[in-house]
Amino acid sequence: MSLKDKLDELHQRGLAEIKKSTDLKDVNQVRVSLLGKKGPITEVLRGMRDLDAEERPKVGAFANEIRDDLTAALTKRREELENAVLNARLANEKIDVTLPGTPVAKGEPHVIQQIIDQIEDLFLGMGYQVLSGPEVEEDKYNFEMMNLPKNHPARDMQDTFYITKEILMRTQTSPMQARTLEKHDFSQGPLKMISPGVVYRRDTDDPTHSHQFHQVEGLVIDKHITMADLKGTLQVLAHELFGDKFDVRLRPSYFPFTEPSVEADITCFNCGGKGCNVCKNTGWIEVLGAGMVHPNVLKMAGVDPDVYGGFAFGVGPDRFAMLKYGVDDIRNFYLNDVRFLTQFTKKG
Amino acid sequence: MKISYNWIKEYLDLDVKPADLAEKIERTSVEVDDVVTPSDGLKKIVVGHVLSIEAHPDSDHLHICQVDVGEDEPLQIVCGAPNIDKGQMVIVALPGSRIADNVKIKKSKMRGIPSAGMICALQEIGFSDDVVPKDYVDGIYVLPADATPGDDVYDYLGMNDSLIDLDVTPNRGDMLSLNGTLRDLAAIYDKPVTLDQPEVKETGDAIADQLTIHTDADLAPQYRMRLVKQIKIAPSPMWLQIRLWNAGYRPINNVVDITNYIMLKYGQPLHAFDYDKFAGQEVYVRNAKAGEKLTTLDEGEHDLDDHDIVIADDKAPIALAGVMGGLSTSITDETTTVAIEAAVFEHDHIRKAAQRHNLHTDASQRFERGVNRAGVQDALDAAAEMMTDLADGAVQTGTAVGSDNVPEPAVIPLSLSHVNAVLGTDLELAKVVHILESLGFTVATAGEDMTVTVPIRRNDIHIPADLLEEIARIYGYDELPTTLPTGRMTMGTLTSAQKLMRATRHSLEGLGLNQAISYALTTADKAKMFMMQPSEETNLAWPMSVDHAVLRMNVVTGLLDDIAYNTARKVKDVALYEQGRVFYREDGNDRPSEEEHIAGAITGTLMPAGWNQPAKDVDFYQIKGIVEAYLKDMAINGDVTYEANADMPEMHPGRTADILVHGHRIGFMGQVHPTIAKKFKIGATYVFELNLQAIIDMPKQENQYDVISRYPAITRDIAMLVPDEVTNDQIVALIEKRGGAFLQSVKLFDVYDGVKVPKGKKSLAYTLTYQDKHETLVDDAVTQAFEKVEKRLQDDLGAEIR
Repeated sequence: MSLKDKLDELHQRGLAEIKKSTDLKDVNQVRVSLLGKKGPITEVLRGMRDLDAEERPKVGAFANEIRDDLTAALTKRREELENAVLNARLANEKIDVTLPGTPVAKGEPHVIQQIIDQIEDLFLGMGYQVLSGPEVEEDKYNFEMMNLPKNHPARDMQDTFYITKEILMRTQTSPMQARTLEKHDFSQGPLKMISPGVVYRRDTDDPTHSHQFHQVEGLVIDKHITMADLKGTLQVLAHELFGDKFDVRLRPSYFPFTEPSVEADITCFNCGGKGCNVCKNTGWIEVLGAGMVHPNVLKMAGVDPDVYGGFAFGVGPDRFAMLKYGVDDIRNFYLNDVRFLTQFTKKG
Repeated sequence: MKISYNWIKEYLDLDVKPADLAEKIERTSVEVDDVVTPSDGLKKIVVGHVLSIEAHPDSDHLHICQVDVGEDEPLQIVCGAPNIDKGQMVIVALPGSRIADNVKIKKSKMRGIPSAGMICALQEIGFSDDVVPKDYVDGIYVLPADATPGDDVYDYLGMNDSLIDLDVTPNRGDMLSLNGTLRDLAAIYDKPVTLDQPEVKETGDAIADQLTIHTDADLAPQYRMRLVKQIKIAPSPMWLQIRLWNAGYRPINNVVDITNYIMLKYGQPLHAFDYDKFAGQEVYVRNAKAGEKLTTLDEGEHDLDDHDIVIADDKAPIALAGVMGGLSTSITDETTTVAIEAAVFEHDHIRKAAQRHNLHTDASQRFERGVNRAGVQDALDAAAEMMTDLADGAVQTGTAVGSDNVPEPAVIPLSLSHVNAVLGTDLELAKVVHILESLGFTVATAGEDMTVTVPIRRNDIHIPADLLEEIARIYGYDELPTTLPTGRMTMGTLTSAQKLMRATRHSLEGLGLNQAISYALTTADKAKMFMMQPSEETNLAWPMSVDHAVLRMNVVTGLLDDIAYNTARKVKDVALYEQGRVFYREDGNDRPSEEEHIAGAITGTLMPAGWNQPAKDVDFYQIKGIVEAYLKDMAINGDVTYEANADMPEMHPGRTADILVHGHRIGFMGQVHPTIAKKFKIGATYVFELNLQAIIDMPKQENQYDVISRYPAITRDIAMLVPDEVTNDQIVALIEKRGGAFLQSVKLFDVYDGVKVPKGKKSLAYTLTYQDKHETLVDDAVTQAFEKVEKRLQDDLGAEIR
């Protein structure tokens, strides 16, 4: 048998063995047995030295061809088998993708905080500062400098937790008006601020009353601030918090620290203004008090009311949250039932 | 105040429905609570004529009545009212009718006798008990004899009127009357209104011979009386009774009803005294004397002191001025001579008296807001006139005047440019003048400058801003333009403290805690638990309840209250944080200082259990992980350390750590003491509280870029046995100090103190990571450094390297 015939035979046998191999171990054995140092091809090549010089390169080239072909066949077979193994494993790894995901711990901001943040962000965008004041206030700032002298009848409207005769739990965030006005340097520009915070009233807690709740005070003082500016500002606020569909209307009211004083209503959430039992068939819901800052308030804080003026408003985030989400009991905000706290999570 | 739509229409020619009128008032003047038409919802309630009555055979109080209701045949109705009688005109609810509270009346049998409908009391058709005349409170109502059987009863009783309930703000005392409301409406609708002018006929002797008044004008700037003799006390005519009950007043008798009616019409509270019961002919308006007593009309007994203003005769107080009259001089059926009092008392005194005696009356409400000092005589005359008309009284000649102080009317300068500058409008002078004049103000103009004279009755108008409100509301807030402030630019940015507080909330939410907002007012006990520094309590002077009486000096107890609330509702896993203030007070200061704190509390499990993840109850290290991660977020520029603290009475002595920055204590964390947890009725709970203000004030690290080394790191593990009292902190500190230049990190990966470890020892294992940022580390260098550390651990801490 010639070397070439031997090689042919080896080639055919090798391919058959590769084809027969069923796992990676087999493939490896076949590789060693065919192409290894002690394998038949090496053997055959070793016999080449007996060939004449003319034959040698031809046979050598032929042998290399066969070896390359077998190597390629081995590689291909190995890949086939590897794929089969991988596919078998993947098939085995199939899971029920409808099982729930692994829970993660995730906390949520309080719904009132969310509303306060929203208000803050809106007014920051319009160039307002955010200021916070003391919760334990002096009678002077809470009442007197807000144009509510000691015997003012409107003090009855705000039942107060007193600590001493002159010290009290603030009943409103309005004292920040006086505190800020006293300090502001108008040569540096207008005063535009909001002041969010906790306030306290001497009330018995029930579904619509809480002895502790929140307010956001707003104040703008400059040389040319108008009531139309107040109306526009409140409209922007209503649109931000509730959506563009909501309209604002002003009604006369009375606060000692503003003149004119107004109450602002917005379109009823429940009926969109058609009239329902939530809005007592008016189509409107009262949401906040506002007005043009009373000259006495400016005067008492050392600001000349003949030069400067502006508007103030007071917003109740608790009330906003109750209206916006239909929360029927204000106490929910302060009892912190986890099932309540985790309802206001939608951020999209 | 409930104001009658029909009454308004008698004076003003308005073509608007009651609901629209109410809306207009609300938009322009004062708030409206609601609008009610009493006949709304009622059906088939008619006048019946009782033709005959006979006793029910099986009852000792029921009567069988034959009642003419305007149909061919009378109806047989069984009636149990004690005052039913033959010949009466009564209110009959026919079969198929609807009475108050939407109750339907059907034919029925009463103890075997058929009854076709019901004879009604006023309460049964919707009247409040408070307004039903005393004679009819416990029985059926008897209509006037000229009523026509079969007619609807509503018009006879004024029930087709609409009543607009005004919620009058403290500044608008003038709106607590028909006349005030009419004046405002006249301006709102721009229509003329003519109010009644009283015409009193004086037929008796001079009052000066019968009555003298001594008044301290500081207490009562206005005090007047008229005397009316030969009074015949009787029920008021129907029209007057209707006016009163529709306004919420019970008709009593002609004299008392007239005083109430005049108050409703003029806004001037009046009081009628029985003159014959005065001791003497002198009346005094003075401060009460300590020890004096007064029994008021409502039979309440009051101890008086020198803060009270009283009306007195020669012997004793006969009325609490401006609040309520006394019983001893009250009008009775036998009264023949009436002294009518019309006065204005100093509002501050009245407010305090009403509070002190807890007597808030319609009179006191009006005096507190201020009564028209220029209208006192008119109201007094109108009452006297009515007493002639309705009680045959003879008005004595003249008015006894105790005081007559009328303030000067306010004269206010106003410029058109100011009006437009504040309102943001472009109004013309004529428009502004017209609005002011329609309100009854007098306006003198010079160019664009106005001088406005305000009638005395509008005691709420003093300054230009008050006039602006009048102009704005009558012009209409809807008509104002909608703009935003313009002017110099201002920056809207949060302060670094505000940014840190927001970052705090976001950090803790990211770590799994829900934000809670708890009450800052708490019990005396809870206020002083978990104290981080010594402080006096701050107490409310008059708390509403012991639950909310003291200002908190910690935030944790509020969270424990929240956990208790959840636990009681079977919510077992609760993870909360709260950012809020605590209130520390120094002895001798009335006012506490306020410090921002941040606290957290976890009970149950933080990671919710899932089908592939078992529930793991929170423990010390979990809450410590949260605190560590949070403080890392806040990037305090300083070493944060944790030291065991066995001395906080509310905390577990073995599972509590102080949190220190640079050795300065800023908070604590750990497990709530089981006895405290039990007190709160909660399970094992882990908490932390930090002085947020301190964190805000501390210097912070800035973010900076650190080159990530391209050269491989080498790790070495070390396990050792150390005595129990050696802490992780000590070991890590030593390794870090002695680890050499290339030591990058030390990480604890195992703690074991089980059976395989000798008693008094524990086994700890750490991974040490070495890296050179500039070249590949040589193994030898690491080995050298590592061996140095091993030796130090053995020498300094008695570690046995394993």
